[in-house]
Amino acid sequence: MKKVLVVMLAVIMAFAFTACGGDEESSDAGKVGAIYIGNINDGGFTQGMHEALEKSSEENGLELLYKENVSDSDAQAIRDAATNFIDEGCTIIVGCSYGFGETLDELANSGDYDDITFLHFSGLFQNETNMENFFGSMDEARYLSGMAAAATSESGVLGYVAAYPLPEVQIGINSFTLGAQAVDPDVEVRVIYINTWGDAELERTAAEQLISAGCDVLTYHADSTATQLAAADAGVYTTGWNYRNNAAGDYYITAPYWDMSAYFTPTFEAILDGSFKPTGNQPFSSYGSMESGMICIDDFGPAVPEDAVEQINAVKEQMENGEFSVFSGEIMYADGTVLCEEGQTLTVEEIWNINKEIEGVISTSN
Amino acid sequence: MDFIRITKRSDLPRSKEIIITILAVAMSIVFAGIILAVFGLNPFEIFREIIMGSVGTEMRIKQTIVKAVPLIITSMGIIVAFKMKFWNIGAEGQITMGALGAAWVAINLHGTLPQPALLLLMMAAAAICGGIWAFIPAVFKAKLGTNETIFTLMLNYVAIKFVTYLQYGPWRDPGAKGFPRIETFSQDAVLPSLGGVHTGWIIAVLATVFVYFFMKSTKLGYEIAVVGESIETARYAGMNISKIIIAAMLISGGLCGITGMIQASAVEKTLVYGIANNYGFTAIITAWLSKLKAGYALLVCVAFAMLMQGGDYIQIAMGVSSTVSDIVQGLILFFILGSEFFLRYKVHLGRAVEKEVA
Repeated sequence: MKKVLVVMLAVIMAFAFTACGGDEESSDAGKVGAIYIGNINDGGFTQGMHEALEKSSEENGLELLYKENVSDSDAQAIRDAATNFIDEGCTIIVGCSYGFGETLDELANSGDYDDITFLHFSGLFQNETNMENFFGSMDEARYLSGMAAAATSESGVLGYVAAYPLPEVQIGINSFTLGAQAVDPDVEVRVIYINTWGDAELERTAAEQLISAGCDVLTYHADSTATQLAAADAGVYTTGWNYRNNAAGDYYITAPYWDMSAYFTPTFEAILDGSFKPTGNQPFSSYGSMESGMICIDDFGPAVPEDAVEQINAVKEQMENGEFSVFSGEIMYADGTVLCEEGQTLTVEEIWNINKEIEGVISTSN
Repeated sequence: MDFIRITKRSDLPRSKEIIITILAVAMSIVFAGIILAVFGLNPFEIFREIIMGSVGTEMRIKQTIVKAVPLIITSMGIIVAFKMKFWNIGAEGQITMGALGAAWVAINLHGTLPQPALLLLMMAAAAICGGIWAFIPAVFKAKLGTNETIFTLMLNYVAIKFVTYLQYGPWRDPGAKGFPRIETFSQDAVLPSLGGVHTGWIIAVLATVFVYFFMKSTKLGYEIAVVGESIETARYAGMNISKIIIAAMLISGGLCGITGMIQASAVEKTLVYGIANNYGFTAIITAWLSKLKAGYALLVCVAFAMLMQGGDYIQIAMGVSSTVSDIVQGLILFFILGSEFFLRYKVHLGRAVEKEVA
């Protein structure tokens, strides 16, 4: 076996020598390194992120590097990806999953990477100089999709495949439910938590459970399009999510989705001209909205009744003008406690304290 | 009469061994090259980047070392078991349980002890937990003759699911706002760095030295080798086979457990259910490739860590899909492991072989 090793090492050395021959080309363009939890053609979250990053990088003359399929419970893989990017000349690191936050925060505050800017989607971390967390008022688009779902449903039971029982997900569930209740006050929303951001098989299983429980319109907070596919197969309606991608044909009713380039383009610009600084706003340094163009709702499918589309578009217009708040007026949690009082409108910080489902939601965990 | 006949080699001249191995390495590179070309990539560039990505800069060398550390220590643990022909496929679970033991100490006792004592206690807890996880199948094997391959394999899932349960249930950090994670270790429960890399590398070197001398110069090491060669011989020699199996597995599992402590303390800084990260399985390959010799295992593990780090790197530097680097790694493994077959067996082609029989 000694010989084997000698040979292996010899081959490796040979490659190393040829490697030394060619200098690595270096371009003057700045580089952005993006860490993805999924695959760039997942038809959902990661694809939406990637396309926005490509667009915004190009608009700012930056080169985009990326790493796919980085688990958000694998700190070493996250750190590896970030440090490999920095070693490769990236000055902007974008982390595209909640669970990357802690590791990126550690790097940002380590003192070794003060000249690198860390942008983190969702999550809890920001500092005063080089780390910003960003998100948006997805509750607006969720609310509209809830209106569409309730208007399309005949059974009055809607299904929701959800990732984790986290504020981010629960805000989505609650705003979807509020939208649905605005159309049909007796609507019931059934939620199954799958405890992962994305696993096509688990997503599909949960979707099928919901269908067999009588849900005739589904929506989801998970990365793949499995829910859409399960709905189309069973002949029930579904929304998309995250990304503008109809995978269910005529059963597709609409999708709340992100246009992340509305955030990345100006942010990259600010980083390049040196004016970038995290805002210190809580809970997010940067918070996009329908008004800012970051939060979007797709066109409505043929199944949504026309009068409902008109009604939804009227609310959408108010949102685009910044005149509509989803969490406003009396809202009760399912356990009977109060989320929002009569006459009260929740602030962003209050919205992000949501940690339960509201009345009208029945949730279980898979 | 068969057109292809396979016989076991009695001996193999060195020259042939070298040729077969060179062929295996060359074939793996050629085939990987073809696959890369099919994907529309330049294979020479990819290979170059894999090397540069693993040793090209100081930072990349550090990352390669960080990946080599768990592989080395786990391989050492596996070597001790495999020497005895006890097929311990359970390193993954032993790492996980080791990490669990270390995490319990880190979470419950931090702040009450000076840092070196805390770290040592974490390491001891990890070795004990990993050892217990190996002790269970060892006792069943020694006393009841159960199949240790299946037993250790299945215990992996028990360990991982148990940590998953803790992570989603009783140990969930309420401060994580609903995200299922266990609390981050306090700074005194994190292994310090030396030379820019966490001190796990020193433990890896010590583990190598320990296993080398343990197998070579101790009575128990010798007994383990004898049991592995022939249980009958061991029995005739009056050895207590049950005791040897159990002792060897305690050492094997203990070493794997220490890997878990290092990964939890220095890398993740917490306990997650995926803490073993397949190192327990990859280490089986590295242990096997090194012919169960501690010194070679060190080199093989470093080579593997280079492949892992280089594979990570090409995705970033060249935008190569992660699946492509997995394919390259898989091919290299396939050919090098496949060549083992030709090192052990002889293949006769054609009917001419009949003469040999006569």
